[in-house]
Amino acid sequence: MNKKTNLLNSSVGRKFLMGATGLFLCSFLVIHLSGNLLLFKNDGGIAFDAYSEFMATNLLIRTIEIGLFAGFLAHIIFGAWLWLDNRRARPQRYEINKASDSSTLASRTTFLTGSIVFIFLVVHLNTFFVPTRILGIELSMYDLVVEAFKNPVYDAFYVIAIALLGYHLRHGFQSAFQTFGIRGQKYLMLVNIVALIFWLIIPIGYISMPLYFLWAHLSGVN
Amino acid sequence: MNFILKAWRQKNGNDKGMFVAYSAHDISPDASFLEMLDVLNDELVKKGEEPIAFDHDCREGICGSCGLMINGRAHGPQRGIATCELRMRSFKDGSSIVVEPWRAAAFPVIKDLVVDRSSFDRIMEAGGFISVKTGGSPDANAIPIPKSISEEAMDAAACIGCGACVAACKNSSAMLFVGAKVSHLALLPQGRSERTERVEHMIAQMDEEGFGGCSNTYACEAECPKEISVVHIARLNREYLRAKLV
Amino acid sequence: MTLDSKIPEGPIEKKWDNHRFNLKLVNPANKRKYHIIVVGTGLAGSSAAASLAELGYNITSLCYHESPRRAHSIAAQGGINAPKNYTNDGDSIYRLFYDTVKGGDYRAREANVYRLAQVSGSIIDQCVAQGVPFAREYGGLLDNRSFGGAQVSRTFYARGQTGQQLLLGAYSALCRQINAGTVKFYDRREMLDLVVVDGQARGIIARNLVDGTLEVYPADAVVLATGGYGNTFFLSTMAKASNATAAWRAYKRGAFFANPCFTQIHPTCIPVSGNYQSKLTLMSESLRNDGRIWVPKKKNDTRRAKDIPENERDYYLERLYPSFGNLVPRDVASRRAKEMCDNGYGVGSTGQAVYLDFANAIERNGKEWIKEKYGNLFDIYHEITAEDPYKTPMRIYPAVHYTMGGIWVDYNLMSTVPGLYVLGEANFSDHGANRLGASALMQGLADGYFIIPYTIGDYLASTTFKPVKTDDAAFKDAQADVQKKIEQLISIKGNRTVDDIHRQLGKITWDYVGMARNREGLKRALEEIPKLREEFWQDVKIVGSVESLNNELEKAGRVADFIELGELLAQDALHREESCGGHFREEYQTEEGEAKRDDNNFCNVSAWEFAGEGKKPNLHREQLTFEYVKPSQRSYK
Repeated sequence: MNKKTNLLNSSVGRKFLMGATGLFLCSFLVIHLSGNLLLFKNDGGIAFDAYSEFMATNLLIRTIEIGLFAGFLAHIIFGAWLWLDNRRARPQRYEINKASDSSTLASRTTFLTGSIVFIFLVVHLNTFFVPTRILGIELSMYDLVVEAFKNPVYDAFYVIAIALLGYHLRHGFQSAFQTFGIRGQKYLMLVNIVALIFWLIIPIGYISMPLYFLWAHLSGVN
Repeated sequence: MNFILKAWRQKNGNDKGMFVAYSAHDISPDASFLEMLDVLNDELVKKGEEPIAFDHDCREGICGSCGLMINGRAHGPQRGIATCELRMRSFKDGSSIVVEPWRAAAFPVIKDLVVDRSSFDRIMEAGGFISVKTGGSPDANAIPIPKSISEEAMDAAACIGCGACVAACKNSSAMLFVGAKVSHLALLPQGRSERTERVEHMIAQMDEEGFGGCSNTYACEAECPKEISVVHIARLNREYLRAKLV
Repeated sequence: MTLDSKIPEGPIEKKWDNHRFNLKLVNPANKRKYHIIVVGTGLAGSSAAASLAELGYNITSLCYHESPRRAHSIAAQGGINAPKNYTNDGDSIYRLFYDTVKGGDYRAREANVYRLAQVSGSIIDQCVAQGVPFAREYGGLLDNRSFGGAQVSRTFYARGQTGQQLLLGAYSALCRQINAGTVKFYDRREMLDLVVVDGQARGIIARNLVDGTLEVYPADAVVLATGGYGNTFFLSTMAKASNATAAWRAYKRGAFFANPCFTQIHPTCIPVSGNYQSKLTLMSESLRNDGRIWVPKKKNDTRRAKDIPENERDYYLERLYPSFGNLVPRDVASRRAKEMCDNGYGVGSTGQAVYLDFANAIERNGKEWIKEKYGNLFDIYHEITAEDPYKTPMRIYPAVHYTMGGIWVDYNLMSTVPGLYVLGEANFSDHGANRLGASALMQGLADGYFIIPYTIGDYLASTTFKPVKTDDAAFKDAQADVQKKIEQLISIKGNRTVDDIHRQLGKITWDYVGMARNREGLKRALEEIPKLREEFWQDVKIVGSVESLNNELEKAGRVADFIELGELLAQDALHREESCGGHFREEYQTEEGEAKRDDNNFCNVSAWEFAGEGKKPNLHREQLTFEYVKPSQRSYK
């Protein structure tokens, strides 16, 4: 009479997976940003290129990279799956729905913000990852960055997408802890402080790059 | 007071349904929302029209029968009360009010504003109990339970099963309802021995009924007439992960 | 027919033990062959269905709600009594027994009440094992409070939601059995007739409220746990759908109706504010611990409460009952409030209310203290009336709250129809003429968990059952009767709505058969109710179809029965020429205006037998004997 589920075919299990992959991807954000900060080293890109070279060739990094792709893939697939399930759960919408009275916009739009971030990811990979890693073109990653960020339209897209990523994490980061069952006065404060790093400080870090290079381009520094 | 009421009318589960506008006259500001519907229905009957069907019973906010989406809010604009406790003085005179049934795949409409919430019962049947037979229970004071634990269990147990959490949730998720029950029983030592099976069975049934997943928007907590905390959803998640991973 | 209460022999503390030993048992392997229908899923119904299913019987459970958990037991606030003596204040089974018999004004059976007190401790054990979160002390043990004027603290409670928590406990036990397949549960089904075959209750006819089909449920025994008839008065603290139809149809099939005039009025409810009013809300009795009740000394005084100086206020309960003051029992407090209002001292826009003032308590202990104790109730009051009780006194008025009368049952809880058992508020058995606070939950669960599981086996084991089929004549006829009645109702197409007629019935019964009754008024009610009945059957207007969810049709069937029951209520009140408990006859009072019992002529249960449509019912009496608690006059001076 009684049914059981395995982790992946239950709604709670899938949410757990979303939270776990989400936090894993957050760790990537930290590493990616900290490496990219080398862009700001005023050495004409020598340190940054060396770092890029290391990331592209080190076996351990390449192995972790596979995990990273799996993480992205799982986060995207399970996100879409949950979104579909959630839509199916309400076949008929309300005529009037004052959702804003009872929940935040960030919490209701993670699929939308996530989708835009996904598009950004594709564009981003196409700009930096595909030429160097897939097509195997030999060029300086630093030059590639400088070149790409000269385009104000590209920069605007970059800034908006990262801002939306921050908005995505505004809800997503603390939400993961709720999904893991970690909630209560003891943790709430701590989680909220760490969350601030992820939804505000890290996105600012990322956004500073295109802005810096665009400024440099326009003012003739580069 | 006078109101324009735009109410959902649907003959039965197969009917498509539509909104119909009515005007409610001379309503006392002290009347409850359901009493306003009574007055309107009385008029409809006198005119030979079928009255608007809605579920209700105790009319003091404890039985959980009533539940209407009023102007886009579960149980109306005020927090911490059920529809039957809502008074008409909360609305502006002459304003128009849209009334809809709870919308969820797991709560099919039976008629007008009446929905079938038996999916909640089936979740309870799957595991919302402690397996004790009548008789043979130890003395009630045999197991001391810290007051703080017992109070927290009571906070969860106060759920009236009205379904506002499902109605307010953008995913029609039942996690607050299930969380309240699982949390209530998991907190108490009596409920510990079955905690693994309970949470597995209840979650499986919840998914089978077609409720959505939890996106942690916490709209449920905001609209719950008993203001049950989403901390109980966290505990439900913990219980489930414990059952699956530990 | 003579009423045999089947009270066992022996000293009172041994009766139930002896009886249980003498009851026949059903072989465990045979239990599943017996099919029992339990109607209603409140405390009594849920606990009975679950407990019987655990024993192995084949159970069908029905309710007219959409879920068992909606039953009106859920609304009980105060608590549940049990003589655990955890507080070491001298409580015992005997004391609870004594208090209940005395509180019932000596109109209950001693043996039943003693058994109730005996099993009540096990109820608490059972509920705690189910996970009911009763209030606890800091040490982790259960907390008790004194309730309803009891001199010991024996009331277990779960905040102000004790009924809810106990019902959810019983509901969870029921859920477990539904899951195990031993109970088949049907929601949104309303019992509309009892099927009697060869003198035995063998099934019911129920209407599927969603699609209107009449369904036939055969069984070997039928258990009714369908609650009380307080909604006869239209306005009461009962849930809107609470009704007496199942019990009334059983009455018409041969079950005697006992003591219908024993109705309880609760003194502290929020008063009626207008014609739209659909129900009355109870404010816990505990408010009288700190609130002072008063009216202006001047008649028809329209000044606001705060404008009436202290010396122009009449704290009438403190004046009339110096030792008990505001804490006099429910019936006394209610009657005095009515008297004040009838004499023109009432307050508020309708003049049908008295003040319950907390100003002194707030001055004495501070607002925070009051808030902590009664905050929730003050909020409810504020929500409903838009008045702030911290600033202006509450307005309260009595309202119908509970009915002690009901279907007559013997010690085994079996009615005069063999195989028909009646539990909880639906029966008449344990509260006599007045129920004490925190005793209703106790009785409902005692009947369901600890009495019916024993007594029904004896009947099943000692009866031979001829096989019945749903197409037997008795079932067909009953179904046809119900069908006819429904068609008749819907075809009247008159001018008055069901609620309109119900309101009128409420007014008649409240005015003449309410808190204080007299011969003249009762005779008047007995003239007006039949007239209303006639009007109902000629002029009621029901729209909608029979084949769908139709609230108006449901209500119409219930009101038709309430009208008949209201007549019996008045008849019983007229016949009982004494005052006792909730039944106050103005002709029979002491010089101080207190209830005056007539133990020589009315120390008995009046059980009414249906004699046919339009005929006067036959009265049977069951003599009550008091061997242990000797009747005395109550005094609260």
